[in-house]
Amino acid sequence: MSTATATEPQQGSAPTDVVRNWKTPVILAVLSVLSLLVFAIGAPDNSVTFRLSATNDALVLPDIVLSAVVTGWVTAILMLAAAVWSFQLVRSGRKVPGWLVTVFAVLFIVAFLTWVVGSARTPNVALYGLLAGSFTLAVPLIFGSLSGVLCERSGVVNIAIEGQLLFGAFSAAVAGSLSGNAFVGLAAAAIGGVLVSAVLAVFSIKYIVNQVIVGVVLNVLVSGLTGFLFSTVLSSDPAKWNSPPRLPIISIPVLSDIPVLGPILFEQSVVGYLMYIALAVIYVGLFHTKWGLRTRAVGEHPKAADTLGVKVNRMRFMNVLLAGVVAGFGGAFFTLVLVSSFGRDMTAGQGYIALAALIFGRWNPLGAFFAALLFGFATNLQYVLSALGSTVPNQFLAMLPYVVTIFAVAGLVGRARPPAASGVPYIKG
Amino acid sequence: MGWGLKLELKGITKRFGSLVANDHIDLVVQPGQVHSLLGENGAGKSTLMNVLYGLYEPTEGQILVDDKPVTFDGPGDAMAAGIGMVHQHFMLVPVFTVAENVALGNEATKAAGMLNLDDTRARIREISDQYGFQVDPDAVIEDLPVGVQQRVEIIKALVRDAEVLILDEPTAVLTPKETDELLGIMGQLKADGKAIVFISHKLREVKAVSDIITVIRRGKVVGDAPPSASTTELAEMMVGRAVSLTLNKAAAQPGEETFTVSDLTVLSATGQRVVDGLSFGIARGEIMAVAGVQGNGQTELTEAILGLQDHVSGSIRLEGHELVGKKVKDIIEAGVGFVPEDRSVEGLVGTFSVAENLILNRYDQPPFARGLAMKPAVINKNAEQYIAEFDVRTQSAEAAAGTLSGGNQQKVVMARELSRPLKLFIASQPTRGVDVGSIEFLHKRIVAERDVGTPVLIVSTELDEVLELADRIAVLYQGRLMGIVPAGTSRGELGLMMAGMNAEEAQAQQAQVEAEQTDVEGGEA
Repeated sequence: MSTATATEPQQGSAPTDVVRNWKTPVILAVLSVLSLLVFAIGAPDNSVTFRLSATNDALVLPDIVLSAVVTGWVTAILMLAAAVWSFQLVRSGRKVPGWLVTVFAVLFIVAFLTWVVGSARTPNVALYGLLAGSFTLAVPLIFGSLSGVLCERSGVVNIAIEGQLLFGAFSAAVAGSLSGNAFVGLAAAAIGGVLVSAVLAVFSIKYIVNQVIVGVVLNVLVSGLTGFLFSTVLSSDPAKWNSPPRLPIISIPVLSDIPVLGPILFEQSVVGYLMYIALAVIYVGLFHTKWGLRTRAVGEHPKAADTLGVKVNRMRFMNVLLAGVVAGFGGAFFTLVLVSSFGRDMTAGQGYIALAALIFGRWNPLGAFFAALLFGFATNLQYVLSALGSTVPNQFLAMLPYVVTIFAVAGLVGRARPPAASGVPYIKG
Repeated sequence: MGWGLKLELKGITKRFGSLVANDHIDLVVQPGQVHSLLGENGAGKSTLMNVLYGLYEPTEGQILVDDKPVTFDGPGDAMAAGIGMVHQHFMLVPVFTVAENVALGNEATKAAGMLNLDDTRARIREISDQYGFQVDPDAVIEDLPVGVQQRVEIIKALVRDAEVLILDEPTAVLTPKETDELLGIMGQLKADGKAIVFISHKLREVKAVSDIITVIRRGKVVGDAPPSASTTELAEMMVGRAVSLTLNKAAAQPGEETFTVSDLTVLSATGQRVVDGLSFGIARGEIMAVAGVQGNGQTELTEAILGLQDHVSGSIRLEGHELVGKKVKDIIEAGVGFVPEDRSVEGLVGTFSVAENLILNRYDQPPFARGLAMKPAVINKNAEQYIAEFDVRTQSAEAAAGTLSGGNQQKVVMARELSRPLKLFIASQPTRGVDVGSIEFLHKRIVAERDVGTPVLIVSTELDEVLELADRIAVLYQGRLMGIVPAGTSRGELGLMMAGMNAEEAQAQQAQVEAEQTDVEGGEA
């Protein structure tokens, strides 16, 4: 006698059981024990000052002063409680809610900041400067990730973001120096990015070479080429070849006077404002226009698009070239905003971080934007901390952005779903 | 929108290298008719339709629309000429909504290229109402049942004002009920003056719906037949020789029940109960066939038996030994033979030779290996033997398995799995994509394995095959057993069970249906 004869027929989806996933509780537990040992027991006997506004701001907010010991213990206990609770949740077959993870992350950051600033020689940090710097450093990452979004959404893996940024930076420096005009440099950066893109597009779309390999090879090629030109041509006469003018910083009246956020968001170079425009255009374009619909279709199911008369490879080609423009602007940031000269391999792996931001942001322009901000924050924290005279060795601080990257991509993304046809060349027939 | 379109193919030839997929094919499709193309897998039906739809360029020949010659540079041209196609593997972007899929390539826009999906939604509702499709324009494709996805494909063609609709093996993925609904829709479209090209190898459906049947064999038109032609006549035209469509197997002699599954539950990675509390047993010398629409837990069931699934609870016992929790290799060595559903991915290593593929389950055991060394002479001799016994058409034992035709590949897999004494034989979709001649052969081998006293578990989404082979039939729906019924159960009853009704309800409803229309379906089957 079978068990099923008594079962009622049912419509709708099959019932679900919980597959217990211990990953989150284990990570939370490890991190909270770490916090207890380092941030609480190892807390410096110090009070830590976080400054929210500069003294010359229109509206001055009061400083926040915390005791490192109290903060360390309070946060560690709260984190341990969160970890224990998450264990119980999973044991009873439920999922750890997203907000709990977020609260945990905020607590961890507060504890870490208090501890690391407290152990520095000057336990006093300008929070507004930390945030503003994060935002600035995130600009090239955002351009890089947007370049990745354009490529991957249309089905081409773009490992060459690093090369696009570097060549953009190089082109901007040289063209800016020769013409004496930063805007010429900016245009040249876009062209430089497109050149790298064109090689990527030709090899990966037309000649169907493995896209990851083309990307990596392009990065090495650009690094070698710009390095060679830097040491031969640029170094021979830096005044002529390698001293581009900087792009001016433009403050938007009224908006830039908003406390904390104003200076962060509305005191940018042209490249910074271009970033807002690119973000908005790509976001709206991707999800609300004909171009975006076709782009996403060729990245998800190129054959379906082809059977509806969409030219798959032409669509991909255009997107990869456009991505070159976007990444080129990001490259210009290095030589026209950050410093005013090109240096060998000056992008220093930012292209790969941008790639991580793209994945962490789940192939969504807005997601990539916020992910890039996080990585920008990690990078800037490293600079600020070494300036404060942190007791943590510099080498470890330098690892910070990359540690955050690995945790973000491996631990927090979970099962992100990339465009289905990303990296798969389309061959007709 | 014009009323009808006459489509003519003249001397279409399509070669891929030395292979002639279509050889001077002539075909005239009239408006308001269902024109069936009948042929085995690999006969060249799909190639012909891809030529017609502009996906392939014909090597020779001409396409005429309303007696005017046309050339199609791509599907866009074919659509513009009024030809729409519903592909065997749906051409839908799974993460898009219905409206986005329908709009793609034919987008209505506002200023600055902004999408205007409202027009598309309205058109979808209009067509949906006209034909009773019940399709929500804002549903996401991957959440929809296959039958509804297929309607979206039809809507895609109709929105583009298609007058000729090509349906490529449209019933392969449908439940019997959905198939009936589709045949009804085809009738409606025909009444509206559309021409329909219906590609199939299922004789019963072709006979039920066609106005005219063109049979294709090895890339050539064999001839036309009226729908009144008998199934044996059609099968003979299709295969090129007399075939017996019914397997003459002796009644089963079930022995001791040596294979039992009790309360088996398999969870997917996301926690879905893909197999939900299954209990059944199979006796020695008995074939149990699992029927069900694809994706109702059959794959997970067979993989769980073989130890390939992760979240398994319950018990699977073979001759008293528990299999749950054992390693795949141990289960195979315990005497389980397994023919997976997708031979090219799981059944064979395409780049390995036929000889190597024939020993994949015993490569490390004598007589094929001694210590770390393999013995090529023995392996080749083994291959020669099985190639002869299973009539595998291959150039040599050294040929790469991937170069063989589907039927011959399946024979290699079957030969390997039956090459040792078994305590349980599992075959998933044993004849999918296999030519009719090979089907007959493979079925006989399965029955022979039963007759030596092995419990046999067959999984098939083809009801014909289930009815052909089974001694008992288990019907799965959403991972649950709808009941185990005897071999003689009617198609209608099985169809109801496959749609989620338990055995008793299905029997009751079927009896009622039969009482209402006693003389309609009686003669067929």
